[in-house]
Amino acid sequence: MYARVGAAIIAALAWVGEVSLFGLRALREAFRPPYEVGEVVRHVYEIGWRSTPLIGLSGFAIGIVLSMHTRASLERFGAEAMIPAGLAIALIRETGPLVTGLLVSGRVGAGIGAELGAMKVTEQIDALEASAVDSFKFLAVTRILACILAMPLLTLVMDFCGIVGGFLAETTISGMSWQLYFQRAFSLVEFDDFIPATMKTAVFGMIIGTIACYLGFTTTQGTEGVGRASTRSVVLASMMIIMSNVVLVKLIFFFFPAKV
Amino acid sequence: MNPVGDPAIRLDGVSKSFGALKVLDNVTLDVAGGTAFCLLGRSGTGKSVTLKHIIGLMKPDRGHVIVHGKKIDELKKPELTEVRRSMGFLFQNSALFDSISVGENVAFPLRRHTDWDAAKIRKAAQDKLADVGLDKDFDKMPGDLSGGMKKRAGLARAMALDPDILLVDEPTAGLDPMTAHEIDDLLLDLKKKGTTLVVVTHNIPSARHIGDELAMLHEGTLIARGTAAELDGSQNELVRTFMRSEGAG
Repeated sequence: MYARVGAAIIAALAWVGEVSLFGLRALREAFRPPYEVGEVVRHVYEIGWRSTPLIGLSGFAIGIVLSMHTRASLERFGAEAMIPAGLAIALIRETGPLVTGLLVSGRVGAGIGAELGAMKVTEQIDALEASAVDSFKFLAVTRILACILAMPLLTLVMDFCGIVGGFLAETTISGMSWQLYFQRAFSLVEFDDFIPATMKTAVFGMIIGTIACYLGFTTTQGTEGVGRASTRSVVLASMMIIMSNVVLVKLIFFFFPAKV
Repeated sequence: MNPVGDPAIRLDGVSKSFGALKVLDNVTLDVAGGTAFCLLGRSGTGKSVTLKHIIGLMKPDRGHVIVHGKKIDELKKPELTEVRRSMGFLFQNSALFDSISVGENVAFPLRRHTDWDAAKIRKAAQDKLADVGLDKDFDKMPGDLSGGMKKRAGLARAMALDPDILLVDEPTAGLDPMTAHEIDDLLLDLKKKGTTLVVVTHNIPSARHIGDELAMLHEGTLIARGTAAELDGSQNELVRTFMRSEGAG
């Protein structure tokens, strides 16, 4: 029993180690020529721009729901005036980055895992290598970089749409003007709230890209393996985002103690 | 381009295992520059694995693979990439990039490794597709092609950079006899231009047609090597039987 649990823990740690080395290698290769700028831009478009409708609509709905919940709580204390600020801080500091990470891991992680997995089992990755192209750099580094670059931008979209959704909910209920809403929303928000929380999503992007590319590159067993790579990309990336968020929030509190 | 006669490729005591399965066992062979070398053998005897060793997609557990005098298995990635530019590879299943058109597949190596403008690259890709009879299929997606057409498109991509060495895995499998003959003639043309060919095939007539030298792998071991006539008269019953299987394709 203990031996089996121990073996499972060791296997899990070994897997994390392998994925970490894969990600670190990608970061190192990103700074070595040739720089696949065109591919990175293409993937930022695919991963970032094409995720915008999902992120925007989700942010809008989350803003409405958060606004309703915040009102229900603050009304008890007669602090309705704090609703915009409470919603903005909640969105910008935590809800926006985390939900964006989870949504992107679902949409993009699955896509990358399946795409690279299919390329692996049909020997397209070998064909790239045979064409004298570094497949790791061309396929993995570009996607990981694109995830890192796209995540903070998508988080901004989520934050903005969430605050707009909150405004619509608030103005519907209380008739608050947009000038007053936005003035109150940003009255307590500082750069220390905004910058670290938004930039931590670059780490989420690194996690999504690295796990999905790793699972794609190590796909075996044909189409069944492709499906498995896709599913595992989503599950593992989501889990790692939630777990790493604990560490990242702790680090943010450590480096920006005034905000604790 | 390797001078005709000089060894362009050499496998020196190459062994490879996947887990407990030994796929190549101390294989030694050399291929003279500008000649066509046909590797024969039943399915699963290590022929494709041999090709993948030559282009560095696999590393031997023991022994060395030497191409143009360089030990492929010891090269670092940039050096290996440089050597690969002088090689073309047709995969058994063609391995076309399925997210881009047939023409873009052929143009891909040209975009990566030449500084030609877009028009020149398109013209060169169209010419290569015309060589394999696919000049009207430039804009089709790989998924829209038949198996034989995919094979021909894969060959056009492998030839895109006019490589010194062309590694070809089952070039005529799944093709009708006419097209198979055309592909053989195309390979012969390349050989006449000085390209070194290593062809893995089950198609004995095709091997006789294009091969200067033939070799047979059996259970990871090279059991025969020589001209077609020499293999016809081999002491090994298995080799003689295989060489008589004219209909295999």
